[in-house]
Amino acid sequence: MSIEHRDDTGARFGMWLFLYTEVILFSGLFILYAVALSKFPQDYAVASHKLNVWFGGANTLVLLTSSLTIALAVSAIQMGRKKQCLTLCWVTIGLAIVFLINKFFEWSAEISHGIYPGSEQLAAMGPGVTSFFNLYYFTAGLHGLHVLIGASLIAVVAVMTAQDKVTPERYTLLENSALYWHLFDLVWIFLFPLYYLIL
Amino acid sequence: MTDDTHAPVPYRTFILIWLALLILTAITVAVSRVDLGALNVWVALGVASIKSSLVIFFFMHLRQESRLFKLGLLVMLMILAVFIGMTFLDVLYRGAM
Repeated sequence: MSIEHRDDTGARFGMWLFLYTEVILFSGLFILYAVALSKFPQDYAVASHKLNVWFGGANTLVLLTSSLTIALAVSAIQMGRKKQCLTLCWVTIGLAIVFLINKFFEWSAEISHGIYPGSEQLAAMGPGVTSFFNLYYFTAGLHGLHVLIGASLIAVVAVMTAQDKVTPERYTLLENSALYWHLFDLVWIFLFPLYYLIL
Repeated sequence: MTDDTHAPVPYRTFILIWLALLILTAITVAVSRVDLGALNVWVALGVASIKSSLVIFFFMHLRQESRLFKLGLLVMLMILAVFIGMTFLDVLYRGAM
């Protein structure tokens, strides 16, 4: 008999601490946004109108729903419903893929209009619009990268759940992956109105 | 052991929170189409903060966690406020030179 050291609360708290560092990382970008917005309010409104609210809105719905499905997945494993938990994990990953496909079409359309960092057409629109799109590509890009990481993490945990390495008695790994996933839903909750919805 | 894991949250609660988030998103979009001047950005941030608290307290189970977790969030938010406040103390008064 080996004595196993195990501290689920500690593992969750560690995850929360890590998430705080992620918030600080993204807050740097949001502060840059706030400073530039106060400097170029008109340009930011003009630039925001060039973004497609439908793409942004659709992705908001996709992310909110994926947050629901992963939260339900945690409840499912707690109640011992392994099959439901797995289905909910795969739905979450499916929604993440929908999000990224949406992003691909959105960015393709913008890039084809000459709107991308370093573009001469963008530079001709002035420093305000340029700073808006540079920040937009950087923040949304970093967010998209995190969505990709989060979905991969959930895929690994789903496989472990199928192999009974994540069980109703021991599901911290799933819960921490869910926490990570929710954080990027949170980042998008701020990103969407600030970039897509300026009047 | 019992302190280490939470009681499962019923599906119904999560679905209600999700509906509330959808309604709040609709409100954000609707309000953003009305010209309120500088107030627009504050309304957007206010609604986003309400949505965030729903996600943090329900989806992320903060409601079920101990005081330590809630204190952690508070400390992080205070660091953030200092971070933002100091930046604007610099930026807003640069023109006065």
